[in-house]
Amino acid sequence: MTGFAKLIRTTAFRLLVTYLLVFMVFAAALVAYIAWNTRRVLENQLNETIETEINSLAEQYRLGGPRRLAGTIEQRSRQARGFFYLLTDPRGETMAGNAVDIGSIVGRQPGWHELSYTRTEEGTSEHAFARVRLFKLPNNLTLVVGHDLDDRQRMRMVLRSSMAMSVALVLVLGGIGALVVTRRVLRPVDNMTDAASRIMAGNLSERLPVRGVGDELDRLASHLNLMLNRINDLMTGLKDVSNNIAHDLRTPLTRLRAGAEEALRTARTPEELRAALERTIEDSDTLIKIFNALLMIARAEAGASPGSMTDLDLSTILADVAELYEPVAEEAGMRLVLGETPPAAVKGHRELLGQAIANLIDNAVKYGKPLDAATGEPIVITVDVGSSTVDLSVADRGPGIPAADRERVLGRFVRLEESRARPGSGLGLSLVAAIAHLHGGTIRLEDNGPGVKAVLSLPLAKGMAGATG
Amino acid sequence: MKILVVEDDAEAASYLIKGLRESGHGVDHAADGNTGLEMALSASYDLAIVDRMLPRRDGLSLISALRAEGKDLPILVLSALGQVDDRVMGLRAGGDDYLTKPYAFTELLARIEALGRRRGALPAQTVYRVGDLELDRLAHSARRGSQFIDLQPREFRLLEYLMRHAGQVVTRTMLLEHVWDYHFDPQTNVIDVHVSRLRAKIDKGFDVPLLHTVRGAGYMIRDGLR
Repeated sequence: MTGFAKLIRTTAFRLLVTYLLVFMVFAAALVAYIAWNTRRVLENQLNETIETEINSLAEQYRLGGPRRLAGTIEQRSRQARGFFYLLTDPRGETMAGNAVDIGSIVGRQPGWHELSYTRTEEGTSEHAFARVRLFKLPNNLTLVVGHDLDDRQRMRMVLRSSMAMSVALVLVLGGIGALVVTRRVLRPVDNMTDAASRIMAGNLSERLPVRGVGDELDRLASHLNLMLNRINDLMTGLKDVSNNIAHDLRTPLTRLRAGAEEALRTARTPEELRAALERTIEDSDTLIKIFNALLMIARAEAGASPGSMTDLDLSTILADVAELYEPVAEEAGMRLVLGETPPAAVKGHRELLGQAIANLIDNAVKYGKPLDAATGEPIVITVDVGSSTVDLSVADRGPGIPAADRERVLGRFVRLEESRARPGSGLGLSLVAAIAHLHGGTIRLEDNGPGVKAVLSLPLAKGMAGATG
Repeated sequence: MKILVVEDDAEAASYLIKGLRESGHGVDHAADGNTGLEMALSASYDLAIVDRMLPRRDGLSLISALRAEGKDLPILVLSALGQVDDRVMGLRAGGDDYLTKPYAFTELLARIEALGRRRGALPAQTVYRVGDLELDRLAHSARRGSQFIDLQPREFRLLEYLMRHAGQVVTRTMLLEHVWDYHFDPQTNVIDVHVSRLRAKIDKGFDVPLLHTVRGAGYMIRDGLR
């Protein structure tokens, strides 16, 4: 496509052409209106002038009859430029006047007339118009008084040429403007299109150009860039997950396969075979759990349908889950203590929030045992309702997590060296993080001096914000 | 029980049918949604196991159609879609229980036993008895022989659920779902600890244990003498 063909296909250009046509019509209409008004004013003025002339002639007629009238007309015919006078006798013969050119008028009805005639002046003849009034006087005399319409004609000429000029001006200036504006609009759009093509071609780190002028194209570009960032994040996440799955599921899968193979090769008694099969099932159950957790993280990170979110009291869920874990904690030689847990309305997913709280408590029970077992310090769980968020914290007195590792343990499959010996998938906290993200909240790990304080921060449901009771 | 299995995957179906027959159930098989619907409408089954993703008519639409025809047999939905929302959709369509693939056969068996018994049994009783253990739902009390047992509210619900399904295997996930009303993965053996606490209250000091652990499956409460 040539540059011009491309230009005229743009929305901006079509819009501008439309505006151009509309303005042309407006300009023409305006001039036409002015013309009509001017003509009316001129006509009225002319009528008045003619009337005045007639009145003065009538005065002459009243004073001295036809004879005096004829004299006056003769006199005025000689001096008054532009005026027409004609007085005819009953036979139509001219008695006085200068309007020989328009003699044919005499036969017409009395009243106003507009007529055209040929004016001969200094050897040239030209077509002209005149406005006249015709009277029938007593004795069958006819009087015609009029004035030429040269002024009106001149005005008409001026207006006609100004209409042509204005339309031409609008057309030329508007056309130039349209080209300039379209080019201006087109260039950033072209730049964006080019950038988008490069991104589609595989350069996923490229972003659309933002000129920084804050117009609608900039807004569009920056929103599309945000979208690209989000897509990039999701794709990176997906890549990470598949890498991690490949890496971390390979180990248990290998073990599973090796165990089954080994049993086939060495098991001699039905009991041995049975034990091997049971181990196989156990291993595959672990795999299924890891798989489910990964799926749940992926779903939570992708964002669930808002329809499955309901208004919930976080403290009620917490009480349920704490009650569920209380015996386990006790068996592990620890105590779960519920501190302040005021009602905290959040909009959320009951099962997922339950899972998140369960994972936090589970971590505290598994890894939060004080090094000095004699202290017997409890795991303290509290709910703190702020002005717009609610903080649920699970604090243990265990060995804690070094500050450098706190961010890292939220990642998938990350397990600190000390915990590798114990059961767990390394997905617990990343699932909590994904669930927090899904609910518009965060999870952070703080130093509890000693121990870890895990704080799940969620936005309060609307209507509850600010109510701290 | 006479069970209809609607499952399109031949291997999964034959494994399921074999297991159910070995457990003493009569089983018919339909390999697609429309055949399944025709069979369920023309014969009377005690229970149906329906896969969610079926050729010709998906599982949820089959269940809705059955319910619309007034068939109220218990239906267990089997599905590879295991997220909480999928589960809710399955139950909303008229399914009575929902099990995610891959599943343990013992889990499936325990659930269909519970479902089948539920329809056949009397409406929820006020008093459950197993051996000399008695639970009164109205008085909210439990005693063994002449000795009253002091139970926490959750322990009471746990015992109530076990006794309502006396003689049947009840799995850990069934307990988490029905006693705690959560479906998530508790990561740890939380249910076991609750059950062993309950066991300490009802069996400790008595000659005959009533609350049994079924290896690889779950728990069962039954009169040891029977």
